[in-house]
Amino acid sequence: MGVPIEKIEWMYETMYKIRYYEESMVNIYAEGKSPVFNIGAGTVPGEMHLAAGQEPAAVGICAHLKREDTVTAPHRPHHNAIAKGVDLNLMTAEIFGRKTGLGRGKGGHMHLFDPNVKFSCGGIVAAGLPHAVGAALAAQMKGEDWVAVAFIGEGAANAGAFHESLNLAAVWKLPLIVVVEDNAYGISVPKSASTAVASNVERAAAYGIAGYSVKDNDPITMYEISERAVQLARRGEGPTLIEIETFRYLGHFQGDPELYRNKQEVPSLQKRDPLLRVEALLKKQGIQEIEIKHMQERAIAQVDAAYQFARESDYPNATQAFEDVFVVGM
Amino acid sequence: MSISIHKRLLTGNKALAEAIALEMESDPNVFVMGEDVGVYGGIFGATEGLYQKFGSTRVRDTPISETGFIGAAIGAAAEGMRPIAELMFVDFFGVCMDQIYNHMAKIHYMSGGHVKLPMVLMTAVGGGYNDAAQHSQTLYATFAHMPGLKVVAPSTPYDLKGMMISAIRDDNPVVFMFHKTLQGLGWMDQLDYSIGHVPEEAYTVPLGKANVVREGKDVTIVAIQMMMHRANEAAKQLAEIGIEAEVIDLRSLVPLDKETILESVRKTHRLLIVDEDYRSYGMTAEISAIVAEEALYELEVPIRRLAVPDVPIPYSRPLEQAVIPSVEAILDAAKQLVQH
Ligand SMILES: Cc1ncc(C[n+]2csc(CCOP(=O)(O)OP(=O)(O)O)c2C)c(N)n1
Ligand SMILES: [Mg+2]
Repeated sequence: MGVPIEKIEWMYETMYKIRYYEESMVNIYAEGKSPVFNIGAGTVPGEMHLAAGQEPAAVGICAHLKREDTVTAPHRPHHNAIAKGVDLNLMTAEIFGRKTGLGRGKGGHMHLFDPNVKFSCGGIVAAGLPHAVGAALAAQMKGEDWVAVAFIGEGAANAGAFHESLNLAAVWKLPLIVVVEDNAYGISVPKSASTAVASNVERAAAYGIAGYSVKDNDPITMYEISERAVQLARRGEGPTLIEIETFRYLGHFQGDPELYRNKQEVPSLQKRDPLLRVEALLKKQGIQEIEIKHMQERAIAQVDAAYQFARESDYPNATQAFEDVFVVGM
Repeated sequence: MSISIHKRLLTGNKALAEAIALEMESDPNVFVMGEDVGVYGGIFGATEGLYQKFGSTRVRDTPISETGFIGAAIGAAAEGMRPIAELMFVDFFGVCMDQIYNHMAKIHYMSGGHVKLPMVLMTAVGGGYNDAAQHSQTLYATFAHMPGLKVVAPSTPYDLKGMMISAIRDDNPVVFMFHKTLQGLGWMDQLDYSIGHVPEEAYTVPLGKANVVREGKDVTIVAIQMMMHRANEAAKQLAEIGIEAEVIDLRSLVPLDKETILESVRKTHRLLIVDEDYRSYGMTAEISAIVAEEALYELEVPIRRLAVPDVPIPYSRPLEQAVIPSVEAILDAAKQLVQH
């Protein structure tokens, strides 16, 4: 198996960080929302879509990306953002609606923009995919070897934007990689009820581009396939679609009663938790328990610091609502 | 309103679902489609219980393919079906606006009246719970701007039911907007006015008729949905300081009941218009223009309008609160008009 140990360590620590971030958010989001749950109340209001369980998709490909590569993500963006290296303090402050946030509190959890690492996300399903096509086009026109990665859910693959984007990327041979995170549901609708083909890899073939599927939420396979896809794109040999079967441990959003899924489903997925599997792999490769502990502690410290930074930041003044509609001075 | 001993209280969402169920029972051509309208019952509960009652043929979960299924509603309506298509949040109109603007709105006209589209496009609107720029808009005017669409936005459970039945029975395409926070959902802000008296039987409330929800002689406040409820709150506080505001619930943007507005202005000679949509080129501008054209000399002071001040809806709580008109803002504006 050809994955360098430093990469496995990076993936483990990043996955751990993501998991701890999302699990902490479950509690923080609940602050101020009891005894009566009210989506608009508490420390963090608004919708909250968390990605605990979906870490492999994010780390498997971001392990191959550099700062100049673009990533677009959908409404469930935290894992993608963290793996791409978005500033955790600024991202968290944004989710808290503080003026120190990435978007000075204007965007919130679904609308994170970090141009420093070329990351963006948005709340309209499939909308980020054409943006990634555009970033790939820019890279091609500038003659750079940069790539663009669009993360989307499997539900988004039924939107027109998905089909138009695949064709566009294929016909222009753009350095685009589409990562379909198949967590089996679009809110309550199972993939089988929304998607006429079993795998979106079949759709990649229909558009004349390479397609691979990653089974069972496996970060190592995700890493290996992504390596090929990124190399192909950097060499100017066109787009790839990767669909990974992944796990949504939590509701579609926090507060989702989840009446549409069997209560046994998540516990059975958790038995195959990717973090446990990578931890076992690290041990097998001779990494000591204490080193693993250090990685976990580093991840926890960084996340805790980000949440503290957000809590200690001020809210914007009401007058700031009127700024940033247009570019100043134009 | 008549006094009844047994008030049957329903939340907004249940009133809507009941209206749809009654029409589905009486007309086999009525059916529902949209994302999560089946087992989930609609994210905002507008189709609660329908799947269990009517099954998956008439209550259809769709893929995330709005152009596809809203276009399909148009095609089915042209065949004589009476589809109700749910666009989960009005903000998602962007991905399917061609179907709405160029087809749903225009086919009857372009066919010289030969093709009818008896369909309802039902959609959730409104902010105030920090869902940010892509999930908090009302976009009333965006839809009302296009000729050929009826656009309604009821504010009470009673009107939600009665106007939904009217919308389903209407042979025109109707954009039916319900306000998320007026659905009476357990996971949103609990507002008294999201629950109200709803008779059990099928009844209709006409599309295109405003409702004077509070009579007064000093100032007219025209509003719709959440802004109407806030105007009503403000009117109660104005009454305490001796100002009698007349509050008009527009209920329907197209057709627009100008007469009710003009009649009120002729009585109060002062007009405040409140909107949860953007200010420029919107409902407040439209009504101001109508009053200027038809009753300018009735006005004792210039018209005032409150609306989202031409910025996208920001996420952060203090920012969002600054841009959506509040009870206090309405109160201040009304006071200034009267004390001018
Ligand atoms: C154009 C559009 N339609 C509908 C929605 C509402 N919506 C938000 S997330 C979602 C489900 C997305 O499913 P999937 O793409 O599988 O992503 P997941 O939530 O499973 O991560 C839907 C229908 C939206 N945001 N945008
Ligand atoms: Mg999904």
